[in-house]
This record gives sequence, structure tokens and C-alpha cells, in this order.
Amino acid sequence: MSEFDETARTLLFDAPNSYVGRSVTRPNARRLTQGRGQYVDDIVLPRMLNVAYVRSPHAHAKIVKIGTKKAAAMPGVMRIVTGAEIAMVCKPYVGVLTHLQGMRSPPQYTLAVDVARWQGEPVVAVVAQSRAEAEDAVEMVEIVYEELPAALDAERALDPSEPKIHPEFDSNLCFQRTVDTGGVDAAMSSAHLVVEDTIRFGRHTGVTMEPRAIVADYNPAEESMTVYHCGQSPHMMQGIIASRLSLDEHRVRIVVRDVGGSFGIKIHTYGDEIAACALSLMLGRPVKFAADRYESFLSDIHARDHRVKARLAVDRDGNMTALEIDDLTGVGPYSMFPRSSGVECNQILNLTGGPYKHKEYRAKGTVVFQNKNMMCQYRAVGHPIAVAVAEHMVDQAAAKLRIDPAEMRRRNLIPDDAYPCKSPSGMRFEALSHQRCLEKLLALMKYDELRGEQAELRKKGVYRGIGLSSFIEVTNPSPMFYGVGGARIAAQDGCTIKLDASGAIVAATGVTEQGQGTETIMAQIAATALGVEMSCVKVLTGDTDKVPYGGGTWASRAAGIGGEAVLQAGLALKHNILEAGAVILKTNASDLDIADGKVVRKGTEQGITLAELARICYYRGNELPVDFQPELVVTRHYRVKDYAFVFSNGAQGCSLEVDPDTGFVKLLKMWCVDDCGRVINPKLVEEQARGGIVQGIGGALYEHCLYDERGQLLNATMADYLVPMAAEMPDIECAHVETPTKTSMLGAKGAGEAGTGGAPAAIMNAVNDALRPLGAKVTSQPITPEMVLRALGKVN
Amino acid sequence: MNAPLETVEIEVTVNGERMKRSVPARVNLADFLRNELELTGTHLGCEHGVCGACTVRVDGEIVRSCLMFAAQADGCKVDTVEGLSDSREIEELQSAFVLTNALQCGFCTPGVLMAAQALLRDETNPTRERIREYLSGNYCRCTGYQAIVDAIEAVAKARAGR
Repeated sequence: MSEFDETARTLLFDAPNSYVGRSVTRPNARRLTQGRGQYVDDIVLPRMLNVAYVRSPHAHAKIVKIGTKKAAAMPGVMRIVTGAEIAMVCKPYVGVLTHLQGMRSPPQYTLAVDVARWQGEPVVAVVAQSRAEAEDAVEMVEIVYEELPAALDAERALDPSEPKIHPEFDSNLCFQRTVDTGGVDAAMSSAHLVVEDTIRFGRHTGVTMEPRAIVADYNPAEESMTVYHCGQSPHMMQGIIASRLSLDEHRVRIVVRDVGGSFGIKIHTYGDEIAACALSLMLGRPVKFAADRYESFLSDIHARDHRVKARLAVDRDGNMTALEIDDLTGVGPYSMFPRSSGVECNQILNLTGGPYKHKEYRAKGTVVFQNKNMMCQYRAVGHPIAVAVAEHMVDQAAAKLRIDPAEMRRRNLIPDDAYPCKSPSGMRFEALSHQRCLEKLLALMKYDELRGEQAELRKKGVYRGIGLSSFIEVTNPSPMFYGVGGARIAAQDGCTIKLDASGAIVAATGVTEQGQGTETIMAQIAATALGVEMSCVKVLTGDTDKVPYGGGTWASRAAGIGGEAVLQAGLALKHNILEAGAVILKTNASDLDIADGKVVRKGTEQGITLAELARICYYRGNELPVDFQPELVVTRHYRVKDYAFVFSNGAQGCSLEVDPDTGFVKLLKMWCVDDCGRVINPKLVEEQARGGIVQGIGGALYEHCLYDERGQLLNATMADYLVPMAAEMPDIECAHVETPTKTSMLGAKGAGEAGTGGAPAAIMNAVNDALRPLGAKVTSQPITPEMVLRALGKVN
Repeated sequence: MNAPLETVEIEVTVNGERMKRSVPARVNLADFLRNELELTGTHLGCEHGVCGACTVRVDGEIVRSCLMFAAQADGCKVDTVEGLSDSREIEELQSAFVLTNALQCGFCTPGVLMAAQALLRDETNPTRERIREYLSGNYCRCTGYQAIVDAIEAVAKARAGR
């Protein structure tokens, strides 16, 4: 286990000029307020063409005939290409991770070949001079389909009578896994109380404000491909595009500029995007694809869609002894490449009940194929389900035993002094703070006062509910997440940092920015490591030609992993600067430091500015000794070595009111206490929590991809698919507990997903807390007014 | 099939610049601003008037530029986020947005700023609830809205104090 010198940490981070722990504003935000962002659809290249896709109108259909004559005659049309034609230049892909044993998925082509397997699957590409012309011609492509029976319901997917989606497989099973500590049955049979429930989570999707978009620019003269992509993982895309199109990887460049929201949506391999690259290769010209909103709903990955059966055993005092879950999820017709669609289920098995002390655990997860849009990792992968299931069961047991939910958690949460320890599912926890987070949350909520107010209002027929949730979050993943399963997705990340000739600092990092503040915190870390003003630090992200190899931004890894690489690179550069300073000032490096942009003799203001040092090193090498060569550019990499994941933890609270006549749920306030280790920028952490919580609220109360019995998505517009809006959202109060991880010097864990992971649990518990005196209970999300009225027996 | 390809001559003042253009009849104002005038600060999130990312000002009123044909802007005065930035009309709001981190990805931000400026022009001291209600036509998927409300409230208070 790595140990970082605590004294060195304190000296660095608690120094008066440290930027770590300060809520500085984001230097890159101002241009976005002026409309000066550059999103992919803003990019126009010389001779650029546009592609639009004909998509399958059926959930499952044989493609009998494709007629392109009329479409080809339309104005502006340059080329019409079928799936089989694209397959001549673009290899299919298989979304399987080998460490998820037994997982299977057939090769997937960018455009459907012979059979379309979900409504919205791209079938034919139409390339035209303008997007409008391409869309006009899409309407004129004539495809004869033979509709096939569709397998839609995950619950029935494995029935022998269900249509098989892939003829090469004996069933619609994608992946199955079990976890078993061995003593669950014994614990259940000897328990004082066993509570049991089935909890359902609807399908929802990310609805990034900027729809997916790509501009692919193949240059036949140098056999190179430059791709402007709105995504989270440039190097991953570089490898995928190179390998699918048989290009040299080093001749493929991925450029990611501003990204209009991502949340895990833009980290997967989409056929329409890869096909756009293939078309650029075929045509030797830049090709743009920009999804419209309808296409986003039909083809951006969906998420959740789980049915979990759960049982919890407790003793007389409410101490949890055993937990059992059985998770079933439908993921669409293929497992998504390259991260696979087995990870959400796998996470649920790994994480459910993770904050608690029970020893016995049994979990079964089943992932099935179905003829709906594909499902894959979206913000807080698996966490909202794992947390909501466990927290619901804890509350059910507490209610039966008449123990207050806060007290129930005090008794069962792993004590803060019990670390390091291991969960029954095998997760290793380095150092968490559940008890401290819970107590801080209860104080922040004024929990006892809230309970008093709730009791008073109930006498007046007002049904307020208070809900709590305690949770763990997977952050800073090691290669055990994807790399071990054969996916070419880096868990390590790098930073190249330099002192430029003007004395400014330029840091290039492999992690990416989607608005969460990555570039800001990297500048804070670099400035702190070097002892310079943040204003003289420039951060580069999102260009595979310019940044060191890295994984990008996902699984709350940017701050913890990318940040440590920046810190180590910054410290190494400082070392080199001081060596150069020592030569110039004719002293020892150990007697020098950097303060206010100057190399100074420690404790004095005497020395030379970084600008002067850079001038001498770059331009006046003749003044340096012949045996000294300054190195003012350094690169450092970092990966998590000691743990598979560095878990963060936290607690959330929710206060709401349920109207038993209409079924409406009004959120009154939410609270969040998060322990993401060392907090680099408190404001940015809080905004991650708030934004994340609101996405969790979406899943808990509003968002649902509704399919009919023929596999048609019924609400594929922003008007019909409900997302949280300003008027319905509560204020959210945040606080921090800091338990820095010892797996890095920086000590930061991730903060991007905790909000989304914890909110649905707190909300469902609060709704059930409000409904309890009425003898009603909801166990299915989104909790719509109709669901509440059903629970109350007012609607059948 | 020819109807959508008919062109219309328009004369329009965009961000104070008078111009004559020939536009296909079917082109909406958002596409005209983005593609013809390269004013890419106006964003398209849904193309059917729901998300608010394409909000611009036409003759002083905020409109969804995806729901209006460019031809309908003939004779009008159109203001986009680029114009209001250059004229510094929304500078206070922009500073407050940066200060409270009322934006993350920034895609919705130009539209939100347009709406916020319209609100504060008509109402000097809106409550938080009123600000939230007024923004009910603007989607934001990143922030959870609280910081946006904070920023607009802060500017309203600062203006009221003067």
C-alpha cells in the first residue's frame, strides 16, 4: 500500500498560497456565457458533407430490400450506403468483457445488416451536401421490411417461447453472475424478522442538452483521420476508430472541444458515429453527423430498467444479519461496445448493502437481450438501484420494528474506525466515514425538528415524508474495471507539464472537461504543486495529439487519477526548475523554493522570476555550465494500484410532501453530505452533488422511456419525456466530510456520481415515510402520481 | 417538392448589423443564425420549442428561434448572445453566472441568459420561486438549477440596490 508522507501533504495543501480547498471560479466558464463555446455541430470544415440515417421503424424486422434510386436522385445527394457496404471497410465489434465470465454478445455492425433489432437502429446512410438535403433524401429511401416478433419484456426474455434475437445463441441470455457468502439461508431462518419486496426501476436516458455529434475528416494523402467528437474518452475512441477502420492508430487524432453534457452517454461506440468515420474514409472528405433529438431518444444509450427482488434479515434490535437480492435487467439487442452492458448489473451485485455490517449476502444478476434500444453505463452506473434497494429494505425493517430510520442506520452502518475492511460481496474499503456523514447530515437537516414538524402537520392531514440514504460510490477505478476484461480503456492517466519561455505553466492532461470543472481543478493542483498563481497556468485537454495517454473522464476518475498525475508532474517540474535555479543562482536546489512566480532563496524574496529563468534556459544556454541541461518539460503518470476502486461515501436526506388526493409529490428540500476525500474545490464538488441529485430526482420521479407492445418508444420527444425543471426542483444543501485516500498524495476521491447514486433512495424512502400512516407503499420508480394513487388504492 | 426550396428575400438587423439575405423558405431562424451568419452561440437542443437552448430576442421579445422561420424575421431586429455580450447588456448576469457556477457544460446557458435578462427587465425583485417558474421553459441537465437561481437573484438584488 502506498503511503504518502503526511507532513509533505500538510506543507503543500495547507500552505497559504495553496489553491487546494478553495472555491475558485472556472476560468473557462466566461466564454461559454458569451456563446463562444465550440461544440461539434459548430464546426464546419472545407468540403464537408453531412450524413443522415434511415432508421428501422420496427423493433425487430428482416430487411428484405433496400431501394435507393429515388433518394439518389435528390438534390445534393452524394452517396447512399447500406450496412453491408459499410461493413466492407468497417469491422464489427463485440461488447464483451472477458472478466464478466460467460458474457456473450454477437458481432455488431455500425448499420443493421439483414436484420434490424431495435426501433431506431440505423440501416442506411445518406450523405449529402447539406444536412437538410440528406434528411430530405432519407425520406425517399425505400426499404421493404418483414416484421419479426419482438422480445421486449425482460421478465419473459428467457422463456423458450420468446422470439430469439440472435439465431447463434440458444436463448436471450447475455450474462449471469452470483455472489454467495454461504450462510444466507441459515441467517434468514434464524432471523427475528425478514422483510421482502420487489423493487422496479424504469428505463431512462441521459438527455444531454447537446445531442451526439461527430465530424470525421479523413485525409487520403496521409492516410490520417481527424475526428472532432463530443465525448469523454478521446484515447479510447482513437483506438476504436483505428481498429474498426484498419487505420494506423497514431494517424487517428481525436479532438474533443466543448461537450454539451455527457453523463456517460457519450462514452460508448455508436454505429452512426463510426459509420460517419467510415463514410469520410470512403469519400475522402469531411463528414458530419449530428443527431436530432428524436434520434437521441432512439439511439443514445438508455439506462437502469431493473427488477430487483430483495430480502433482508434483522435481529430483534434491528441489526442486519443477511441480505439477498435477485436483479434482472434487459439491455437491448447487443451488449454495448467496448464497456459492455453487463457492468450496471455487476455493480448492483457488488454494491448493494455496501455501507452496512451484515455478514451474509447472496446476489444473483441476470442480463437479457431484448428488442429495445441498447442499455449501458449512465451516470452512477448501478448505484441508484443498489442504494435504493438496500435503503428501502432498511427502512422496511425499521418500520416493522418501530425503530427510527436514523437510529436504524446508526446501528447498522460500518463504524468509522473499522477500516480497512471488506464487504460481503468482496469490495475492499480503505477508509470511509458513514457514521460521521450520517450525523453531519442529521444536524444539517435539523432532523429532530423536521420529525416534530411532520407529526404536527399529520394532525392537520398534511403528509410530509422524510427519507435518508447512506451510500458508497465507486471512484478512481484501477485497471480491474475494464482493462482486466480486455477493453482498451486506460485506467492510468498522464500529465505533461512545462514551463514555457514566458514563465507560464502549460499542463496537458488525459482527462477531459464536460463542464464539471476538470480544467479548473487541474490548474489549482498544478499551481499548488509549483507555487505559482493559477492565472499563469493553462490546461490542455481533449486532443490525442497533444495530451498524454489517458482514460478520459468516467467513473468519477478525473480528479482522483488525472489530478494525481498533474500533482506528480507539477512536483517533478518544480524539482527541475529549482535545479536550474540553483545553477543560475549558484546555490543548492534544497535552499530554494518557488513563491509568487519567483525562484527564491527560502525565507527570502531574493531570486529570479520564472520568466527570467525560462529566458536563460531557452535562449541563453551559453550562460549555463556546459554540463548542465535544463529539462523544463516533464511527464508523470498515475494509476490506482492498491485497490480495485477507491470508494467514496456519503449520506442524503429528503423532505417532501405527498398529496394523497392527486398523488403529486412536492420536493421541499434535499441535503447531501459527501466524503470525496480531499476536496480540491468545494463549490465544484457541491455543484456536482446538486446536478447529480437532480438527475437522480429525474429517475426517481419523472423520467421513463415508455415502450408499447410492439417495441415502439412512445415518448421520444422532450415534450413527452419528463425531466426535472427549475420550478419543481428544491434547494439542495451540501456539506463535506474529508477522508483523504492514502492511495495518492493528492488524496482526492471522485465526486461526480454520488448525487445521482443516493437521491432515488432518499426520495423513495421519503415518499413511503409520507404514505406509511395511510397504509400505502411504492416500490417502483419513477414514482408518478398514478403510482402513488395506485398504492393508495385510489386507482386500479 | 419545390415549395421548401423556394427562397425569400429578407432584410434583418442582427445584433445591430443590417443585412439583406436570400433564405430558403423552410429555414428556421436558428439554422439561419447558426449556419448562414455563423452565430453559433445559439444552440439547438430539441428543434421543437421545448428546451429553450435556442432562445433569442426578436424585436425585444424572447422567442424560440427553432420555431420561427428566418423569413418571418424580415424587417425585425434580432439579438443573440453574441450581440448582448458585445454590447455588455448582460455582463452582470454573465459575471454572476461565473461566480456562482451557474453553468457547467454551457450548452443551455445562452438561452438561460436570454430568459434571465427578459425576466429582470420586466420584474425588478423576483422571488426565487418566481425565477424558477420563469425558467420553466429552459432545460438544464447539469446544474440542478439552484446556482442559476442564485445568480439571477444576486443580479436582481444588486440592481434593486442601486
